Amino acid sequence: MIDDVRAAADAAVARLAEVAVLAEAQALETELLGKKGPFAEFKTRLGGLATVDEKKAVGQAVNEATQRVAAAVQARVAELKRAERAVQLEAERIDLTEVLSRPSRGHAHIVTQAWQRLEDVFVGLGFQVAEGPEVETDWYNFEALNMPPDHPARSMHDTFYVDHGTPGSTVLRTHTSPVQIRVMQRVAPPIYMIMPGRVFRNETTDATHLAVFHQIEGLVIDRGITLADLAGTIESFTKAFFGEGFSSRLRPSYFPFTEPSAEFDIRTPKGDWLELGGCGMVPPTVLRAGGLDPEEWSGFAFGFGIDRMAKERHAVGDVREMYTNDIRFVEQF
Amino acid sequence: MKIVHSWLNDLVPVGDDVDAIADAITHLGLAVEDVARVGATVPGVVTARVLKTERHPDAAKVHRVFVDAGDGVERHVWCGAFNMQAGDVIPLATPGTVMPDGRAIEPKPILGIPSEGMLCSARELGLGDDHSGILILPEGTPLGVPYGEALGLGEEVVYDLDVLRNRPDAYGHIGVARDLAARFGLQLASAPHVLAPVEPSRSAPVDIVAGDRCPRFTTVVISNVAVGPSPDWMARRLAAAGMRSINNVVDVSNYVMLETNQPNHAYDFDTLGGGGFRIRMAAEGETIVTLDDVERTLTAADLLICDATDRPIGLAGIMGGQNTEISDRTHTIALETAWFEPMGILRTVARMGLRSEASARFERGADPYGIDRSVARFVELLRLTCPDLVVHAGMVDARSEAHMPRPTRIEVRPVRVGQLLGTAFTAAEITALIEPIGFACQLDGDVLQVTVPSWRPDCTLEIDIVEEVARHFGYGKLGKTVPKSTVPGGLTPQQQRRRRLRDVLLGLGLSEAMPHPFLAAGDLERAGLSAEAVRLVNPLVVGDDVLRTSLRPGLLKAIEFNESHRRPGVSFFEIGHVYPPSTDVLPAEYEALAVVLAGVDATAAMSVWRELVAAMGWGARVDQGAVPAGLHPTRSATLSVGKDVVGAVGEIHPDALDAYGIDERVAVLELNLSILLAAEPKVAQWKATSRFPSSDFDLAFTVPDSVSAEKVEKAIRQGAGGGRVDLSLFDVYRGKGVPDGARSLAYRLRLQAADRTLTDADVAQVRERIVAGVGKLGASLRG
Repeated sequence: MIDDVRAAADAAVARLAEVAVLAEAQALETELLGKKGPFAEFKTRLGGLATVDEKKAVGQAVNEATQRVAAAVQARVAELKRAERAVQLEAERIDLTEVLSRPSRGHAHIVTQAWQRLEDVFVGLGFQVAEGPEVETDWYNFEALNMPPDHPARSMHDTFYVDHGTPGSTVLRTHTSPVQIRVMQRVAPPIYMIMPGRVFRNETTDATHLAVFHQIEGLVIDRGITLADLAGTIESFTKAFFGEGFSSRLRPSYFPFTEPSAEFDIRTPKGDWLELGGCGMVPPTVLRAGGLDPEEWSGFAFGFGIDRMAKERHAVGDVREMYTNDIRFVEQF
Repeated sequence: MKIVHSWLNDLVPVGDDVDAIADAITHLGLAVEDVARVGATVPGVVTARVLKTERHPDAAKVHRVFVDAGDGVERHVWCGAFNMQAGDVIPLATPGTVMPDGRAIEPKPILGIPSEGMLCSARELGLGDDHSGILILPEGTPLGVPYGEALGLGEEVVYDLDVLRNRPDAYGHIGVARDLAARFGLQLASAPHVLAPVEPSRSAPVDIVAGDRCPRFTTVVISNVAVGPSPDWMARRLAAAGMRSINNVVDVSNYVMLETNQPNHAYDFDTLGGGGFRIRMAAEGETIVTLDDVERTLTAADLLICDATDRPIGLAGIMGGQNTEISDRTHTIALETAWFEPMGILRTVARMGLRSEASARFERGADPYGIDRSVARFVELLRLTCPDLVVHAGMVDARSEAHMPRPTRIEVRPVRVGQLLGTAFTAAEITALIEPIGFACQLDGDVLQVTVPSWRPDCTLEIDIVEEVARHFGYGKLGKTVPKSTVPGGLTPQQQRRRRLRDVLLGLGLSEAMPHPFLAAGDLERAGLSAEAVRLVNPLVVGDDVLRTSLRPGLLKAIEFNESHRRPGVSFFEIGHVYPPSTDVLPAEYEALAVVLAGVDATAAMSVWRELVAAMGWGARVDQGAVPAGLHPTRSATLSVGKDVVGAVGEIHPDALDAYGIDERVAVLELNLSILLAAEPKVAQWKATSRFPSSDFDLAFTVPDSVSAEKVEKAIRQGAGGGRVDLSLFDVYRGKGVPDGARSLAYRLRLQAADRTLTDADVAQVRERIVAGVGKLGASLRG
């Protein structure tokens, strides 16, 4: 009987080798190792054997045969699974560049992008962010900033007047500087603030000028603030925003609402100087308009255009393009 | 302001390093915007004498010219002009010369005979328009020298300065020279010779009626004037500074103004009625014909210069009249040199829109005490062309002393200068920096008493002196320090929420638009919105004078623009200010958000709203009973929190779409961000996820159109009781099998308990409660 068992095992292994399909191999597993399989059959016949020794020997042979067949089945099934997966994988080959659709990402306006990058740099330098109204009183836009009515410097600002209140009392802010006054009135020093926002100038637009554009203004008011602090802050900003290879300088200039006043230029790694914005110390008259004592507090302010940052970063040929809301423009960034 | 280098050099010996001088001027606060070289000659063009001319039998249009360029060598040139004769001196462009038009001169042969250069016309040398023939130079012109030198052309370097309001003195060469003298430690040219008036006395008396507007008016009578051309150098400098040479009298007048910043006016004394002046305010409606041949109507706020018979002869400080103009026959002049109150000039100029070189100086502030020097300079220069001129005794210096500016004295604390500049300065150091530019300093204890020169009316406060110190010390030498901020940097909560909002909108695939905040008349009405709005007094584009009260019109234009460029279906958002009218000090400006979705219906806008509710922790009542203006009446709702309307959601009214020429549906969501972003948002609170299996089932109801899906959902949630339910509407169906006036709403439900596996009985009970609850709304479960 031991020979029969071994012969059955040989036959089973031989049949497995001939099976080429996974499903057949799995069916054969049931046939060979199931309750109605040959080895189960052998086991039922063990009881009819005469001696204990005989039972033991045959039983061992049956177990060995069962294990051998089970191992062969497992190996064959695994082999066939691998083969079938290989066929499937090959059949599923695709060209990854055949892309039919793409997720539709929204596009932030490039001025918003520049605005946020500037905010982030200044926040990193310890500044808070303040905002104010776009329609302003003449007092905040001009008078509090050392430009009383008839001040000649008002002609430097091409002002949009708004038909609200008494004639001439309301304007579209020509700069973000009125927010300086509002901040000084609202917040006790020390003040380290930037004030980004939309501003308006009544001038004909061209490739580099807009009537509606954006500025960012900085204001620092503290004890013992100096012109050197202004130069150092501009330098820190220049390096943080443009890169370590850039530097800055101040050149004397004139603004009614700062004194001493300066233009600030940045120097590119190539050695070119670019005019960036205006700045200066906050003069006593403006500090007083903001409700502060100029003998106790001193400070500086600076400001420049945001749109130009966006224009130059993306090499936009004409600033007016940025406001057409042409989706073909918007989607580029 | 154009500053001519050679002129500057006459006033202070700055040398010839043009770049260094331009740099110094810029760093003194008088930004040099451009350095130009005018009157430059063409290198390679020299003077030559015509030896002989010769026709060639085979050349009809050109002839052969033999010339000597001063070296005794005979050169042959082909020439197409025939206006020269043997002996004439002409300009010869030698081979290799590049002409102003870019043409290079080559020895190009004609009929096999080479040409050793080209003879030039005036136009070819950029000397005018004459191209009728070769330029014949004056007899006796030396040979072989650059033609410019031979013609006395001389190049002038011109600095174009952007002189700002705080430096009226820099509108004269002397002002710039004074700054440079201080910067380089050089001596400024001395004042001109004093006048030596002689008898007989001849006066042009002055009657100042309006002393507040004309505090000082001087006249001097000068005879034996011969009107003629100016010296070449003067004409050249005037041209370089942007002024045309007229005649010696007018040129000297302009020259003195450009040098000293003091305008003046020369009248033909013989045409001056009554031989004198009267300075008074104009009568309302009075007229004068100014030098530019325009009749101007005046107001009572304009200052007039009249002759002694009260006939208007000039618009004070702005422009002279025609009737007393200098002519070729003028023999005696009355020279007016005056000081007018700046604001008065500024107002008249602004009202008339008439600016002149004189008014630009008076409105910024000329030097009331610099008049004498400028008169002396006028005489000194006019004497160059009129050596016999007579300055008559009897000069008049009429003043309204009460209105003459007094010297300004400022107390300057050296300690304060150091505190503001970050570098300590002693009183002596300050004095050394500002005395060279005319500020007299006297130490008085700890304080420096500074007297401001009369040509610097901009300086009135200590801070003005601080600026002068910084300017002359050099901004670059003041160092760079970084103040230590003691406040934490950061965005406000509201600004952080705005960033989050923008990120969510971008993540939803919406792109950001930035339309113009000005609308044209009718834009609001076409959008179905109230026309009530704040307007601009002086719009840039006529008609674009409405300040937007809604972001909607701008975004509708953006959709229309893109549709017309074959891009339908765009989705935009905008975050921007709107400016509704108000009776307060300022309009009721607030920050708004608008989302427009082209090509989809109102539910798409609702879906954006719900996403924002979830992301931003917002909440609002969606009231379909209140249709916002301009929106689709059966597809829109008002969003409100308490009594505040915070927004609108739905679809643009088809009338508005038609009015804007939009061919697709447009879903819209509008929110008042000034309200929504200011509120502390609801922060999502953790709910433990259940470890027990869920029971999933679908329910479809036939719901009358009058019952909103929102109500059905609420009833389902109530029916589910305390247990957790995830709910989604997955199908809406109208049509066969559903009665008219109703629709089928199919929901997928997932029930889950936190503490156990739900039994079939639990689920059946919940299902029953839900069906009963929804049933109360008039809906029925579909079989």
